[in-house]
This record gives sequence, structure tokens and C-alpha cells, in this order.
Amino acid sequence: MHESGRVRLAVVPAEIDPAFLALPMRPLADAALQRARELGAAHADFRLERIRSQGISLRDGRLEGSHDGEDVGFAVRVVHEGTWGFAAAVDLTADEAVRVATEAVDIARTAHDMSPERIELADEPVHPDATWVSAYDTDPFSVSDADKVELLAAYSRTVMDRDGVDHVTARLDQVLEGKFYADTAGTVTTQQRVRLHPVVEALAVEADSGRFETMRTLAPPVGRGWEYVTGADGLVDWQGALDELPGLLAEKLAAPGVEAGTYDLVVDPTNLWLTIHESVGHATELDRALGYEANYAGTSFATPDQLGTLRYGSPLMHVTGDRTVTHGLSTVGFDDEGVQAQQWDIVRDGVLVGYQLDRRMARLMSATLGASRSNGCAFADSAGHVPVQRMANVSLQPAEGGPTTEELISQVDRGIYVVGDKSWSIDMQRYNFQFTGQRFYRIVNGRLAGQMRDVAYQATTTDFWGSLAAIGGPETYVMGGAFNCGKAQPGQIAPVSHGCPSAVFRSVRILNTADEGGQ
Amino acid sequence: MSVASPISAQEVVERCLELSVGDASVVLVDEGHSANLRWAGNTLTTNGVMRSRSVTVVATIGEASGTAAGVVARSAVTPETLEPLVRAAEQAARDTGTAEDAQPLVDGDEVPSWSEPAGETSVSVFADISPALGDSFARANAEKRKSYGYVEHVVATTYVGSSTGLRLRHEQPSGHIGITGKSADLTRSAWVGHASADMVDVDVAALDSELIRKLAWAERTVDLPAGRYDTVLPPTAVADLMIYAYWTMSARDAHEGRTVFAKAGDGTRVGERLSQQPVSLWSDPSASGLRCAPYVVAHASSAEQSVFDNGLPVGRTDWIRDGSLAALMQTRHSAELTGLAVTPPIDNLGLTIDGAQGSVDDLVTGVERGLLLTCLWYIREVDPQTLLLTGLTRDGVYLVEGGEVAGAVNNFRFNESPISLLDRFGAAGATVPAFSREWGDYFPRTAMPPVRVPDFNMSSVSQAS
Repeated sequence: MHESGRVRLAVVPAEIDPAFLALPMRPLADAALQRARELGAAHADFRLERIRSQGISLRDGRLEGSHDGEDVGFAVRVVHEGTWGFAAAVDLTADEAVRVATEAVDIARTAHDMSPERIELADEPVHPDATWVSAYDTDPFSVSDADKVELLAAYSRTVMDRDGVDHVTARLDQVLEGKFYADTAGTVTTQQRVRLHPVVEALAVEADSGRFETMRTLAPPVGRGWEYVTGADGLVDWQGALDELPGLLAEKLAAPGVEAGTYDLVVDPTNLWLTIHESVGHATELDRALGYEANYAGTSFATPDQLGTLRYGSPLMHVTGDRTVTHGLSTVGFDDEGVQAQQWDIVRDGVLVGYQLDRRMARLMSATLGASRSNGCAFADSAGHVPVQRMANVSLQPAEGGPTTEELISQVDRGIYVVGDKSWSIDMQRYNFQFTGQRFYRIVNGRLAGQMRDVAYQATTTDFWGSLAAIGGPETYVMGGAFNCGKAQPGQIAPVSHGCPSAVFRSVRILNTADEGGQ
Repeated sequence: MSVASPISAQEVVERCLELSVGDASVVLVDEGHSANLRWAGNTLTTNGVMRSRSVTVVATIGEASGTAAGVVARSAVTPETLEPLVRAAEQAARDTGTAEDAQPLVDGDEVPSWSEPAGETSVSVFADISPALGDSFARANAEKRKSYGYVEHVVATTYVGSSTGLRLRHEQPSGHIGITGKSADLTRSAWVGHASADMVDVDVAALDSELIRKLAWAERTVDLPAGRYDTVLPPTAVADLMIYAYWTMSARDAHEGRTVFAKAGDGTRVGERLSQQPVSLWSDPSASGLRCAPYVVAHASSAEQSVFDNGLPVGRTDWIRDGSLAALMQTRHSAELTGLAVTPPIDNLGLTIDGAQGSVDDLVTGVERGLLLTCLWYIREVDPQTLLLTGLTRDGVYLVEGGEVAGAVNNFRFNESPISLLDRFGAAGATVPAFSREWGDYFPRTAMPPVRVPDFNMSSVSQAS
């Protein structure tokens, strides 16, 4: 990513959108929670959400499609006679809130005989009327569509006008999320957050052979406002990033294929964030470790009996869970069970020391965890879905006073420098993974020696993190992330960020993907 | 407190069309009812009953440079919020400018079912399944097994109305059940899955029996290294791969040279033979057991879909016919670019091998030494040039010796191209309903054959169990 020298704008806390506050959230909550109490629920919570989303895509500088959506609805979740019940609807009337609360209790009754395990929730402090807004300057939904299309078209033209580029796509996704929560214990929270992701990708095709390659911008999705898309906050030098795409693409198309084998890797944070997401973030979700996702997203090798003893990686490895970091995609004030956001250790000195929790699991596993409080990882992606344990911003901490990326590269005699994410896959217990990237540079005697093609790295999680030999300093630290981490049934998506420095991994298996596809 | 007024989907459509001051418009109303149960370790973990409604307005406005389209969707609409919604769509059209995919809106009439209310479902759809699951949990506890799974039923009703006269209604019931069975020590794992539009044919006891049979196969375990194996892929694993191949069949993308279906030099590979075998990959809205909307429903324009095509009739489309690429996903606009027929995407997929007969068990009988898979997982594209995909085997890889299952094998990471597999498979069975483990939650209507591949590329061993 390109850091410009421009001065960053100060972020002034925004106010919650009055149109969201005008929704009848409190009377509906009162009606629903009262009904749940009357029906004997030991716990009930009410959640009303309004999620505005917009996607705009351009192809070769012309509008390909746009969609502006608003999803409003509410949900009632109850614990009735030790069993969960959940119902959701969209008509914002008190009668409907009462009906939905009744329906939630009804399904809890239906489910009772199939639920021998009694649901109990960890006690948490009550937050009677809390408000939280994420950090951004300009709500992207306050910007006209005309301005957005024109900016993306200008970005596209910057790339299209250069030799060697056959096609350019540009896309901007934006979300404004309003969330109201109230429960029978008395917690009431009202929150708003903004996130967006601009991407420009160039395609080059060799006319004779039909060989093609793509190269895209590396600016990650962020919890920021329109100022990030224009570059006004000084975080991304868009002109520089777009100017260099054609040259990088041409070099990649002409690059030699990698020779499969074992190499030392210097992994840039623009690639490493995704490896952290898959091999640490998901592996330390306690619901997976307990088997709740065994039929779908999968389980985890990092089981609770190994808490405090599992050697996850080298002693250099310090990974935190964090829902408080400014501009993080998973950052909130309070989670979807009214638990205040926090930060904690997951891997310390290379050893597994923590999990991501919700209130039910915190109570269930309190003896093993040595604590009885949630760390605030409950999340539902819409009013229509039940909260499940979702990922915090799980991040690898940099080495204080540690080396620059160039200094890390200088520590490698024969290796590969990996930049940008592309393809990813990991098994259902989070052991075996395979990743590709946007570009791979050969390292010879501590120096970069041009790009290579057809590269994928493949490893087992603990072997890979055990090979972690050096970590970059804070100046190499970048927060990457994704809008659409998938989990649960029915399927839900969640936005999440992962910060990390550049890092060196020794003796990692490298595949030539063209050879892999051969017969 | 504002109070919402009940308003039918048909009224929403008519009022939005009346409110429109643009040149032409399309209104889509999506109503959804769903119910689900989820369990882990022989106990229910979550459940839910949900209702949803969303209104999408496509407003088109003629400009000097062409036609613009604005697309705005809102849920929780009331009579009072319809006009702001229509105005927002019209403003979006003015703001976003000329639409590249602009075409005249589709003409049409009112279908007989137009006036019918949206279809519904509720937790009562599980009236027979719930007690059967309770019995299954009890049996699993007694036999020291663990059951993990999910059952869902959804009824989605879509109304499409346009200023050109379309009044279409499509009710789409979907449902599925998937169960993962594990031994008490979690070292043995098996999976079964089944799609059902009405849940009537879901037989929990039969699914349980299949799990028990597969878990018994795993009482003997064998470690095998990475390599190429004679491998039987059951229909669900074939669906896992073919759905991905289908999703890459964008004519526009191929025309630009960015997929495996691009022709070197220029254009697409339509007409080119991809396989020497008599394979056909097809979609058909009227296919028995796989019925889906017989016209285009597009909530936003993309390379494969255009909001201008809403209501365009679709019929059986052969994407690959007798081994040759026959069609790619098109809008009317991309069809003009590519010079090919208008073949929009369809919400089901089938693969048939002419003359193939028999079941998975029949294919296994012919294997001297090889593997039988259950399903594939975490499938992602590694190389778009060849559509090389990577992913993992999951919940049951079995060693076949002398035509019989001889035990369970460790899991593997594979690197394979479904397009290459369509040419390389050595034997296949009859096409049957198949529920994809990886994609079935989102794309449940598939019919696939089992296939036997002589050299399936298992790139490395996965320790997952």
C-alpha cells in the first residue's frame, strides 16, 4: 500500500443517522421484551437493524451495475426453560413485535425436547443506554452517486490509458449499519458504523497465446468514510497505486514460472492478513473448537484442552483479539449480546492463551477458560439472523523496534516476497492451507530479483507459524481485512480486519500452479 | 411511533409503477418465509423462524447519451415509503448515467397466479422431522456417536411487474438437511445431505443409517500419501465442482479473455470441444425436482445479468452439449457483444453423461485400488486460465480395494480443474438429484452423476479428521 505524505484529516465523531433513530425501536423493544417476560422467558433480547448497502461497478470506465439497498427488520431471541428460541420479521409495529416474541417462545418450546443441554448465559454488566459510532469523516451515503461513478471512472481511465492493459474493472462497496439492542437485564445500546471497499483491477491478455493475468489495488476494506476513497485522509495514494498497476501487470505477464520446492518467504501484510484470518482467526473461535460448526464451517485443531499449552508458533508470535481498534471492520462499541468491546491475547509467546467467545460459551466453559465473562464476539449480519460467535479483529503484533520489510528481505538468501492476497483455502480443522497472491518476487541474496508466476504456498498451520523467523517493526504494520467472512447456517457474512507486520517464514512449500493443473 | 400498514405485494408493484415518472420501470417484490433447526453434539444449538420482504425498483430514464437505470431496494416498506423509494430510484438513474446494458424492457402479461399471496412456511414443516431428530440424538447418545447438522425450509415468492405489462409471480420452495456424524472420540466422521423442496421426503432414519454405514467403514484406517489416485466422486462431490464451473461461465468475461472459456486470440470457446466424452451440462427451469423461475429475475446488473432483462423467458439451456461448449451466461447486451445467443443464467444445474448407468456403488465395484470420496470443501480458484481449483476432501475418504470399501483414509488437499475432469473421467453413472456440500445452501437444485477419475490430483495430506 502507498502511504502519501499528506496530512491526515482529524476524524470527528459522527452522529447516528436521524432516519435510523426515527424508527420505532424502543416501543417495539418494550412490547417484545414484555411479551417474552409474560411467557416465562428467563432472558430475552430485541435487536432492530437498518443496513444500508451500495455496490457500484464499472467495466472499462463505464457503469456496469449499481444497487442501493436498505434492509430493515427486527428480531427477538429468548431463553425459555433453558432452550433458545429466535424469530425475526420486518413490519415495524408493536403487534408484530408481540407476535415475533410469541413465535420465538413457541419455537423454543418446540425445540425443548431436542435440547438436553440447558442454555445459560454469562453474567455481564448492564449498560442502560449506551451509544457508539465508528470513526469516519464523511458518510459515503451522503455523497451523490454521480460523484462516485465519476471518481471510479477517473480511476479506471488512469489505468486504461496505459499500454498493456486490455480491460479495467472498478468497484466500490459501502455499508452503513445501524443497530439497536435491548435485553431483559436492562442493557440498551444504539450503534452505527460505516465501512467501504474500493478496488480497481487491470487485465492483460496475450493476443496470440490467450495467456492472461490480473493485478489489482491493495487498499483494504476499512471502517472509514468517503475520505478513504478519494484519498483525502492521506492514507492511500490512489494516483500512485493506479499508476503502477500497468507496469506491475506487464512484469507479471512476462515473468517466469516458479520452480516448485521449498523457499523462505517474506510475507507482506497485504497477504499475511488472510493467512492469519484463516489459520488463527477461525481456529480460535470457541464455537468451532466446541464443534458447533462441525456440519458446516468446520471445527478447530486448537481445542480447549490445549489452552495454555498448545505451541501454535514460534515465540515471536503474539496475536490479539480486538473489537476496539479504530477503523477495524469488526470494531463495535458493544456486541450483539450487549457486551462491551474489548481487546485480549489469543497467542502469546507462540502459545495458545485465549479464544473468541460469546455469553453462552463463556458460561459453559468458564472452568476451562478460567474466567466467566464473554469477550464480546457475538454478531448477527442482519436482523433476520441469530447472533453467533464471529471473529474479532485478530491481529499479529509487530516487533517493537523491529526491522523494515527491506531489512527482512535482506535476511533471506533464496526466497520469495509475497504481496497482496488472491486465492485461499484451508481444511475444516484449520490444519492444511494453500494461498496465492497478487505478486511474488524472487529473493536472491537478500535482494528482490523480479516477479515470478504461478506461485502458491502450502503448509500446515502450526508448521507455518513455527517457521516464523522474524517479524517487522510497527512501520510495516498494515490492517487488511474482508467484508464477507462466511460462517453459520443459515449462512451469515461478517466484516473483519486483521493487522500484521511483514514477517519471515523459513522453508515453506511452494507449488507451481501450472504444474499442479497438468496431467 | 410510526405504524406500518399492511400492503400486499401486488399493491406495492402497482403503486410503485403508478408513482413512476421515469420512462419505464420494473418493480420486484421478494417475500420470504423460512424456518430452521441447527444442532451439535446431539443437542439443538440454534433455531429460527424468519419473515422478510424487500422491494426493488428499477427506474429507467432516457438521456441524450442513452438510457440510464437506477436500482434501489428497501425492506420494511409502508404505503408512505413507496414514493420516496421510487423517487430514489429515479434519482439514482439520473446520477449514475447511461447504462451500458440498456435494452427495451421486456413486454408481457399477467400470469394466472399473479393475484395469489406469497407462499409460507413455518416450524410446523418439521412436524415429522423434529421427533425423528430427537430419536436420532437419543440413538446417537446410546451408541456413542455425535450428530451435528442443520435442516432448513425456505419459501421465497417473487413478484415482477413492469410498465411494459409484466405481472409475473414465482414461488420457490427450497429445503435441505445435512448431518455430520462422528464417533465419540471425533476421529471418525461422515456426512450425508439431501435437498427437498417440501421436506416430505426427508427420512432422518435413512440418513442416520447411511451415516452409521460410513462410520463403520472408518473403523479401519489407512494412511496414504499425496499423489494421483483412481477416485470415485459421488454426485455431491461432482456438484461441488460443477457449480463452480457454472459460476465462471460468464460470456462477457470469456469474451474479454479472462476465463477458461476464452478463445486465444479473440472471442469465446463456444463451439469448441472441451471433452471427448458425451457430457452435457445443462440448466432447465422445468426439470423435474429442480424447478426454478422460468424467466430472468435480476436485482442488479452485472456481467451475467441485466436489470433490463427482467421477465425475459428462459428455457432449457445446454451449456456443454455432447462435449462441446454450447453456450455461456448472457444478457441481451453481452449477446450483442459476443454475437452469440441470449442465454441468461438459470437457477439449477444438471450434468448428464450419455449412456451412463448405475450408482456410486456400481462404480466402486470396478475399482481395483483407489479412493471413494464423500464431498469436497473450501473450493477456491487457483488459476483462472485453466480453472484450476483447490479444496479439501471432507468427512469421509475411503480406500477401495478389489471393488469394495476397505477402510477410511486421511483427508487430502486437491488441485484439479473441473473442465479437465470432464475430459479425463473414465467411467460415470446415472444422473441423480445431488446436494452440494460446499454450495448447496445457496444453490440446492442440482442433478449429477457419480464419476470415476483415474488420476485425481491429491496435492497434499490434510490432518483434519
